Amino acid sequence: MKNIESTNDFVIRFANVNGSGSASANNLFAKAVFRMGVPVSPKNIFPSNIQGLPTWYEVRINEQGYLGRHGDVDMVVAMNGQTMKKDYEGLLSGGYFFYDSSRKLSEEYGRDDVALIGIPLTKLCNDAFENPKMRGLLKNIIYVGALAFLLDMEFEVLTSSVEKQYRKKSKLIPPNLKALELGYAYAGENYRGVCKLAISRRDKVGDAVIMDGNAATGLGALYGGATVVGWYPITPSTSVIESFGRYAERFRKDTETGELKAAIVQAEDELAALGIVIGASWNGARAFTATSGPGVSLMSEFLGLAYFAEIPAVLVNVQRTGPSTGMPTRTQQGDILACGYASHGDTKQVLLFPCNPKECFDMTADAFDLAERLQTPVIVMSDLDLGMNDHMSPPLDWDDSRAYDRGKVLDKDQLEELGDSWGRYLDVDGDGIGYRTYPGTHPTKGSYFTRGTSHDEYSKYTEESDAYEHNMQRLLQKWETAKELVPVPEVMVGNAPATAGMIYYGTSTDAALEAVDQLREQGITINTLRIKAFPFQQDVENFIRQHDLVYVVEQNRDGQMKTLLINELDVQPDQLVSVLHYDGMPITARIISSAITASIAHKGGKA
Amino acid sequence: MTFFRPSFRHPDLPPNDAGYYLKDYEGGISTLCAGCGHDSTNAAIIQACFELSIPPHKIAKISGIGCSSKSPAYLLGKAHGFNSVHGRMPSIVTGANMANRDLLYLGISGDGDTASIGMGQFAHAVRRNLNMVYVMMNNGCYGLTKGQYSATADKGSVGKKGEPNMLESIDLCEIAIQLGAGFVGRSFSGDKRQLVPMLKAAMSHTGMAFIDVISPCVTFNNTPGSTKSYHWVREHSEATNTFDYVPFKQEITTDYEDGTTESVVLHDNSVIQLHKKDSSIHVTDRRQAVDALEEHKEKGLILTGVLYIDPDSEDTHRIINTSRQPLNTLGKKDLCPGNEALQSINESMR
Ligand SMILES: Cc1ncc(C[n+]2csc(CCOP(=O)(O)OP(=O)(O)O)c2C)c(N)n1
Ligand code: SF4
Ligand SMILES: [Mg+2]
Repeated sequence: MKNIESTNDFVIRFANVNGSGSASANNLFAKAVFRMGVPVSPKNIFPSNIQGLPTWYEVRINEQGYLGRHGDVDMVVAMNGQTMKKDYEGLLSGGYFFYDSSRKLSEEYGRDDVALIGIPLTKLCNDAFENPKMRGLLKNIIYVGALAFLLDMEFEVLTSSVEKQYRKKSKLIPPNLKALELGYAYAGENYRGVCKLAISRRDKVGDAVIMDGNAATGLGALYGGATVVGWYPITPSTSVIESFGRYAERFRKDTETGELKAAIVQAEDELAALGIVIGASWNGARAFTATSGPGVSLMSEFLGLAYFAEIPAVLVNVQRTGPSTGMPTRTQQGDILACGYASHGDTKQVLLFPCNPKECFDMTADAFDLAERLQTPVIVMSDLDLGMNDHMSPPLDWDDSRAYDRGKVLDKDQLEELGDSWGRYLDVDGDGIGYRTYPGTHPTKGSYFTRGTSHDEYSKYTEESDAYEHNMQRLLQKWETAKELVPVPEVMVGNAPATAGMIYYGTSTDAALEAVDQLREQGITINTLRIKAFPFQQDVENFIRQHDLVYVVEQNRDGQMKTLLINELDVQPDQLVSVLHYDGMPITARIISSAITASIAHKGGKA
Repeated sequence: MTFFRPSFRHPDLPPNDAGYYLKDYEGGISTLCAGCGHDSTNAAIIQACFELSIPPHKIAKISGIGCSSKSPAYLLGKAHGFNSVHGRMPSIVTGANMANRDLLYLGISGDGDTASIGMGQFAHAVRRNLNMVYVMMNNGCYGLTKGQYSATADKGSVGKKGEPNMLESIDLCEIAIQLGAGFVGRSFSGDKRQLVPMLKAAMSHTGMAFIDVISPCVTFNNTPGSTKSYHWVREHSEATNTFDYVPFKQEITTDYEDGTTESVVLHDNSVIQLHKKDSSIHVTDRRQAVDALEEHKEKGLILTGVLYIDPDSEDTHRIINTSRQPLNTLGKKDLCPGNEALQSINESMR
C-alpha cells in the first residue's frame, strides 16, 4: 500500500458531533495553517439542529491558492461514532484515518489502502484532566496537537494561537497548551514517519484576512451608515445582524449614557422586518435587514411596495437550499429569480453578487448608496457558503474621504427655492429618478402622500391609463440608470482565441477559476465573465455574443441566472449552456470542468 | 360617493397657539360614502391636532389598506403620509419612529386591517410600546371589499346580507391592555365631545396609545341587527368616565361635577382628569380595566372612555436605549468608524 504524499495540497475532514465544542479546535487548526502562510479554506457542513447530530469541518489546504471545495478527502479525523463507517469509506485510496483508539476498531474497518492512526484521545484526556466539563473540549485540542506532529506543523504557531484566542480568559491557556502537547507527544512516540501529508511554511497569503462573509456584511452595513435594522432570526443570515450589533456596541455606543446610535429591532416576522426598513428609509435613515429564502418569500409584497413607491431598502439575502424550508444549513444560489423579479406585477429589483468577504463588505456599504440614489430596494445576494464559512479574502478597506451618497433629497432651502413646481415623481433630470423629501422638513412645502397605488407625478392617486403607463416607463428609465451605477462584470479574455465562454457569479467563483486552469491543462481555453450585479450591462450581452457557446455556472437546479440572461438580453437562448450543481454542498472545480469537457466532447471536440 | 368636508369647520376660527388655522390641518376631499363614520373620526383628529397646536408638518400619518386607511389623504395635508399595504402599518410606523423619534406618529387602520391580516403587527407594535397614536376605525366589517364580517364583529351581529356572524369577536382594547399598551381608549365616531379630548390625551402620551373608534359603515353595516351601527352604539354604550384633558402649563379648569375625579399626569406633565360616576374603577390598574370591559360586555354594553393608562410606561426608544438625537440626523462622523479602526479589525482576522 502506498499512502498519499503531499505537501500543502490536501483535504482534511473533521467528523464531529454538533454541540461537542469541536468548532473552536477546528478553527484553531485552520487558523494555524493560515498563519503558516498557506492558503486554506474551511467549510462547515452542519445540521439544522443544536446538539447531537453529525457535523463536518472540511479543510482544504492548497498552496496554489485554490479555495473552492475540492470534493476528495485525504484524511479523516473521525470523532463521531454515528458517521464513522461512512467517513471511513469516503476516504481516498491511500488516505489516512485518524480515530480515537480508546475503543478498539471493529473488524469492519479492514481497508488495506488506508493508513490507520489511532490515538487514545479519551484515555489521554481523562488521565490528564479532572474537570469533566473541560474534558470534552480538551479532547478536541489533543487531536489538534497530534495533527501538528503528523502534518509536521510549526508547534509554536499553535501555541501562540491558543494564547491569542484565550487572551481574555487566561486561565484556559495552560490546560489547552497541555492538551496540545499531549497529542503532539503521543503522535511523536507512536506514529513517527507514518503520515506523508505535510504543511510547510510558505508566504502565500500576503495581507489576506480570514473571516466569514456575514461578519463582513454586518461591518459593511455599519460603515455604510445603517442606523435602523429590522430582522427576524433565520439561518444562515442571523450572524449578519449579530455582527452589526457587535460592532455597533463597539463603535456606536455613548460611553456615558449607554445610548446606541442604532436601533436594532427584532421583529415578529420578515414582513415586519422589511416594513421597519421601509418605514425608516422613508423617514431618512439608512436601514437594512438580512434574511434567507423563506423570509424573502414573506417580504415579497413589501418589495413591490418599495419598488413602486420608490423607497430605498437594503436587503441581505444569505441564500440557503430551497424550495420551502429545504435544507436550512446547506448552500444554494437558488433565489435569483425570486429576488430579481420579487413581487407581483412588473417589478425588477437590483441585485449584487459578492464572492468573498471583502465584496460582502464593499457591496453592502455600496448598497446603501445605490438604494438611496436609485430610490429602490437593493438586494445583496450572499449565500450560506460565503456567509457562514471562513474565507481568505483581501483585507477590508475604507476610503475615509468617501461621503455617503444620500441621493436626491430636497432640504428646506431647496424646497423654498423650488416654489410650487416640485412633484415627487417628476423626472426633471431624465434619469427616471425624482426628488424626495423627508417628513418634517418644511412647514408648508414638500409633503406628499406615499402610496403603493397608482400615482401621477405629484403622487396623487390615479387610474388614468396614460399616467399609469408613463410612470411604469419612467421606472424603466430608472432601470437604465441603474446599469450605469451597479458594479461592472469582471471579464477575463485570454490572448489565445476562444470560442467558448463561461459566466459565473458569487460563491461559484473559486471553483470556476480553478476549473479554467484545469481546462487549460487539457488544452481547452475558455474566456470568463463574472456577473456582479443585476441589471446586466451591455458588457454582458457583448460577451455572450462574442462566443459561440457560453457556459453558465450556477448552484441551482433550474439555471435561474441563465433564464434571467435570456430574458433580459438580446442573445440566442441556445448559445447558453447550463453547468449546474445543487446538492447543497458548495460547487467544486471538478464538477465544472468535467461538465464542460463532456459538453465539448459531445459537440465534436470544438471549444 | 359624495364629497364630504368635516362639518364643524369654521373659516373664521382664530389661529391656535402655534399660529395655525384649522384649515392648515385639513386634507384632501374625502371620497368615502356620505355618512361614513370614518369621516367624523377624521374631523375629530383634525380638531385634536389643531387644539394641541401641533405643527402639521411634525406629524407623520401612516395607514394600511381599507376605507379607513384612506383617511390620511383626507386630513393633515401638510404632513407626510404613507398608505402602505394591508395590515402592515405598525411595522412602517416602527421603522419611521426608529428613524426620527421627534415626530408625532399617527397610525390609522381598520378592524380588518388590524384584527385579521395585521393582528401580528398590531400585537407586536403594542408589545414594544411604540410611541404612536394608533387609531383603529372599527365598523365590524371590511368596507372596501364590500361588507364581509371582520374579526371585531360581535357574535350574533347581523350585517347587510342578513346572515348573522357566528364567530367570536376580538376585543382589541382588551388585548392592547394585556399586551402592555400604555394608553387604551374606546370611543364612537359620532361622539366628538368624547373623541377629541381622548385623541388629545393619546397624542400627549409617550408610548403606544391605542384607540378603538366605533365607526359605522353606513353602506354595509348600519343595519338594525349590527352592533356597530349608529343606533345600536348610541343605545348601548356606557361611558366609564367623562374627562377633560389639560395640556401642560394650562390652568386647570373644569366644568364637570359628576362623581369623583381622578387625575393622571402624563410624561409631558399634561393632565387627564377623569370624572366618574363610580370611583371604584381605577384606569391605572390593568386588572380592573379588563374586568370593567368584561362586566359591561356581559350586560350587552359597550364601555367607552379612557379605559387604561400607564403614565410611567417606557416607549421602544427607552427600552432599547437609542440615542436622543434622531437617527436620521446622524452623519458619517457619527456613524462610520473609519479606516484605521477597520485596519485593526483586519489585524484581528489574521
Ligand atoms: C394582501 C391583501 N389582501 C386583501 C386585500 C383586499 N382588501 C382591501 S381592504 C380590505 C379590508 C379592509 O377592512 P378594514 O380594515 O376593516 O377597513 P374598512 O374598509 O372597513 O374601513 C381587504 C381585505 C388587500 N388589499 N391586500
Ligand atoms: S363602504 Fe363603509 S367604510 Fe367604506 S367608505 Fe363607505 S361607509 Fe365608509
Ligand atoms: Mg372595517
